[in-house]
Amino acid sequence: MESSVAVRGRGFGKTLRRDAWWMPPLSVAVGLSLFGAYATWAIMFGNTNNVYFADPYLSPFYSPCITASCPEKIRFFGVGWWPFSPAILMMGIILGFRGTCYYYRKAYYRAFFADPPACAVGEFRGDRYKGETSFPWILQNLHRYFMYLSIVVILFLAYDTGHGFFFEDGLGVGVGSIILLINWLLLTGYLFGCHSLRHIIGGNVDCYSCTLGGKARHGLWKRATWFNKRHQLFAWTSLIFVCFTDLYIRLVAMGTFTDLRIL
Amino acid sequence: MAERTFEVYRGDDHSGELEPYTVDVDEGMVVLDAIHQIQRTDAPDLAVRWNCKAGKCGSCGAEVNGRPKLTCMTRISDYPEDETITVTPMKAFPVIRDLVTDVSQNYRNNEAIPRFNPRPKDAEDGWRMQQYEVEKAQEMRKCIECFLCQDVCHVLRSHSKHEEFIGPTYFVRTAGYSMNPIDVEDRTEFLKERGGIGYCNITKCCTEVCPEHITITDNSIIPLKERVVDRYYDPIKSLVRLIRRK
Repeated sequence: MESSVAVRGRGFGKTLRRDAWWMPPLSVAVGLSLFGAYATWAIMFGNTNNVYFADPYLSPFYSPCITASCPEKIRFFGVGWWPFSPAILMMGIILGFRGTCYYYRKAYYRAFFADPPACAVGEFRGDRYKGETSFPWILQNLHRYFMYLSIVVILFLAYDTGHGFFFEDGLGVGVGSIILLINWLLLTGYLFGCHSLRHIIGGNVDCYSCTLGGKARHGLWKRATWFNKRHQLFAWTSLIFVCFTDLYIRLVAMGTFTDLRIL
Repeated sequence: MAERTFEVYRGDDHSGELEPYTVDVDEGMVVLDAIHQIQRTDAPDLAVRWNCKAGKCGSCGAEVNGRPKLTCMTRISDYPEDETITVTPMKAFPVIRDLVTDVSQNYRNNEAIPRFNPRPKDAEDGWRMQQYEVEKAQEMRKCIECFLCQDVCHVLRSHSKHEEFIGPTYFVRTAGYSMNPIDVEDRTEFLKERGGIGYCNITKCCTEVCPEHITITDNSIIPLKERVVDRYYDPIKSLVRLIRRK
């Protein structure tokens, strides 16, 4: 027989759950760490000889490419004073958007902060818990600003994805073009499911029939809700695929293999 | 008929232990049936709160193998035959006795919510609204106040913020009022201050345990958090409000 303290007591990891509750947070921690390691390498150090560009494909980590060091074919503007990797300029936006995302908050609060590690599992108990009411987590409320900036980035990415269909001999389709397109669709799907976007386009309306354009806003909200229900799916698939896309372009640029031209 | 072993919490908030019982189970039996059988055969003084046995009154909430559940909706056959089934009271609330907890703090939190406040009637016979615009609020009306979401919420369960945080059940209720197309009450300040919505860090456990399958986090808490952001954390909106006032 277990005593009251064992059954009702609180403390890190205390639970009567018998399933492998530690598996999901562990998987998330491994997944996010792998992404973090790959992305850091690709962004900070993976730009020697511009291997992020294999004409006409540009790695999504480097889109939009706006520094003077970017290949001329894909450069938007040539910011000359930037001495570092061109990808770092945009990374603040991407990391800010993902880092303050409502889905990722759940994922990393569980995986990295054990707050809580899983549902109905004990954590480091403390009355000092402030949640998102004080610094630094109160900054999560800036999510919508990163969302606005991400819309701009996704438009640039649309341009760069389109560029992946224009070869030296004209319009065409390569395996890389399709990979870039899938990557863009997944990232756009992730953006469309954003909770802040869903709120702003129609979720903040209660009486649609009393609001100008209410029916249209309700329609937009319904569409955003479809993506929102799959936000976790898009979050992970887009995260994995953006790395795969970068790797593919990198290997083509390095001559490890040749991109197959389909049309 | 097969024999299953149960462990049931016996005691109060200060002391207690898991008592083992053996129960003859038939096909289709739920955990509450087993508890009733234990009452009949072994422990007539075993305290358990229950009412409808149909998953609609929300009375029989407890923890089965550590997970918040309605015992009347939890089939014994869902657990492996050789596994002992452990039934304990909801951990987020003080135990009165055995499986019965004191949930009265929830009622006090409920009373703090600014009431439903409809706009003046559109016509003599009432208000006019479209079905599509009441759907958001209707989802919240499915809540049966079983308090499983309160129980699993770590802000209450692990951090004991019962006085500062109204909890998922009452965010659902607040959303049900606020998203109603004829309601005109402003609950934003309440949500930020007394409601303590900032304490929620989106773990989505409330959604996982809801027996009515209300998408609590995505459809009530996050939209309410966004309303608080509109008011308090969005400088562009603040500027627009300031200009409009002038």
